[in-house]
This record gives sequence, structure tokens and C-alpha cells, in this order.
Amino acid sequence: MADQVHFELVSPERLMFSANVGEVIIPGTEGDFGVLAGHSNLISTVRPGVINILDDGARVTDRIFVEGGFAEVNATSCTVLAERAQKVDEIDRAKAEQALADAREDVTDAKNDIERAIAVAAMEIAEARIHALAVSVY
Amino acid sequence: MPNLKDLKIRINSTKNTQKITSAMKMVSAAKLRRAQEQAIAARPYAERMERVLGSLAASMAGKDNAPALLSGTGRDQVHLLVVMTSDRGLCGAFNSSIVRQARKIARDLKAAGKTVKILCVGRKAKDQLKREFANDVVGAIEDVAKPRLTFEAAAKIAVQIRLMFEAGEFDVCTIIYNKFKSAIAQIVTPQQLIPFALPSANENNAAASQLYEYEPDEESILADLLPRNMSMQIYRALLENSASEHGARMTAMDNATRNAGEMINKLTINYNRTRQANITKELIEIISGAEAV
Repeated sequence: MADQVHFELVSPERLMFSANVGEVIIPGTEGDFGVLAGHSNLISTVRPGVINILDDGARVTDRIFVEGGFAEVNATSCTVLAERAQKVDEIDRAKAEQALADAREDVTDAKNDIERAIAVAAMEIAEARIHALAVSVY
Repeated sequence: MPNLKDLKIRINSTKNTQKITSAMKMVSAAKLRRAQEQAIAARPYAERMERVLGSLAASMAGKDNAPALLSGTGRDQVHLLVVMTSDRGLCGAFNSSIVRQARKIARDLKAAGKTVKILCVGRKAKDQLKREFANDVVGAIEDVAKPRLTFEAAAKIAVQIRLMFEAGEFDVCTIIYNKFKSAIAQIVTPQQLIPFALPSANENNAAASQLYEYEPDEESILADLLPRNMSMQIYRALLENSASEHGARMTAMDNATRNAGEMINKLTINYNRTRQANITKELIEIISGAEAV
């Protein structure tokens, strides 16, 4: 059996996922990166996207959508702190599309730069969520 | 001599009050447990956040290009006080002790020639502060914990504060809330939010001594992390506050129930004595009437 990495997904409201897994693929701000056991120490921000959790045979076991956050990686463990996360299977397509439409509207309606920045961030999250549905398996 | 009917009515109404207070106590106990569970659930996130901030602080040490949320505006002229109270009363000294502390801080700051702005979270803060600081209250947020306290609600408050900060409306932000110690003891705690005091590097000895790679660079991560941390701090304060509120209410209602019980006992004794006295009086009347014949 290959070495495993202990992966934790933590949100402020609960510990969402905690298990030993083969590999985790995290959507970093500067590109996706895979974490295997023995990874060098790393702190990275996470963009809205899908975390793929792989077992020892490199099969995807879980796909979790996060709305951004950050990841802390060391040789034996990987922790992702995300404010909001949900399993890709549990995303409701109709709701997601509605959210995207609302977000786009907010961007057009934004009165000043700050409002626009917030709306754009919400839109990017909504877009990433739709995208998560479109891509089935990594 | 009070008459029997009045006493009976009082006893019954006190009994009703006691039923209500003991029900409220039970409800608060359940809510307190839930609030505590929520606070425990938030702990892993807070701990890891602190660890990452600690290691960032270690690597940022000595650099002077820290984001404004961390370094502040360089002045401390305008202070924003975020006063967190509950929306509902009947919880003992919970709200008034927060408000008293807030008042004291606001007065001290004013005496020192600073400008004070107050953001109220919870209805009670607004009700009690608007009398003295009518012109200083810049906003009020209500019903944060309805139907239940979520991180989202805390994040919303954080965004509001951040927008104000970025618009240059204040220099220093302090939140005032009740820290939960036990169901009986809550400690009013002022905590400075902006500029935020990073956990010092030597406290997080193990984590900070490890060398981390940063992606992107430290400053960008910190810029991303600080707003999140702010939301988290507010969320934690709100959680502590709601646990304290329910704890305080539980104690207050427990006392009220006990007092009602005492009152019922006293009234019952009074009632029985009066009844006895009436019977005796009637007997005397009958006997003396019979003797007269």
C-alpha cells in the first residue's frame, strides 16, 4: 500500500471531511496541484473549484466543491479551510444556474467599485459551480 | 386581613408565571447546549487559521508592507465599537453589562478627544445606547441568529465593517461581546479587530518553525486571509455571545422559578392562615350565639 496523506476539509461550522486518502487535487489560485504523501510544506490560497479526492489506485472517490479558502500542506497531512463546501453530487443545477443569473445581474447593477468587486466574486463562484457540474471526472 | 379570593388569584397567577419561567429555563438549557456544540464545531477551523496566521506572521516579521487590515491606518482618531448583544431580554444582566462596558469605553475615548462610532449588533444594544449616543450610532444589525447563527451572517457583518474601513470611516475597530465561561459566569470582553494583532510567532512554536512555501506570495495570502479571519473572529464572538446569552437566561430563569416557588409557599401559608382564622371566627360566632340563647 502506498503512503497515504491525511486530508481534512474544515469549515467554520463543522469538520466536513477527515480521512486518509491516496491523493488530493486542490484548485489553487495559481493552478491545480496534487498532494501526495511527502509533499513539501506549502500554504496556498484556493480558488472556487472542485477538490478531487483519490484513493490509492488513483480513482476519484469524492469530489467536493469549495467556494475558495486556503490550504495548508505538509508531508503527512493536507488541510483545506473553506467557508462553504458541498459535494458535487449534491449541487442542484437549477439553483446553481439561478445563482449565476442573479450574480450576473448584480454585476450589471453594481453602483460602485466595491459593490462590483463583491458581485464579481459571487459570479466567479457561481460560474465555477456550474463548471464543476460540467466536468464529470477529473 | 386580605380576603381569600384575592389570595387564591395571586397564588394561581404566580403558579402560571412559574410555569413560564421554568419552561424558558428548559428551552434555554437546550439552546445553550446547541450553542456550545456549535462553538466546539468551530474550533478546528479557528485553530488551523491561527496556525497559518502564526506561520505567516513569522515569515512576515520585519516586513513593512503589511495590508492595512493588519497595520491599521497609522492613526487612532476614529474608533468603531461593535457592540454585540442579544435581540431579546429576560436574560439577567447579560445585555446591561455589555452596554455598561461599551458606554464606559465610549466615554473614555471621548474624554481622550477621539471620535466614537458605534455599530450595534442585536436589538438591545441599539435600544440602550441610542439614548446617550444617538449621533454616534452608525448602524444596527438585528436578527443575526435567526433562525440559527450561521457563518454567513457573521461574514455579512465582516463585509460591512470592511467596507466602512476601506471607505476610511474609522481607524480602529473593537468588538465588545460576552465571553462564555460557564452558565453562571460571562465575561465582557473587548477585542480589537482592526488593526488585527497577529498571534506572535513563538506561541505557535511547532508550526511556525516549519518552513512553508507560499503560493502566491505571503502578502497576497495575508491579504486573502485577513478578511476571512475577520469573519471568523466575528463568528466566534457571536457564538460566544449566543452561548452566554442562553447561559445567562438559564440562570435568570432558574432564579425566577425559585423565587416564584418561594412566593407561592408564602402566599399559601398566608392563605391557609386566613382560611383558618375565618373558620375560627365563624365558630366563635356560632358558639357565642348558642350561649346567648
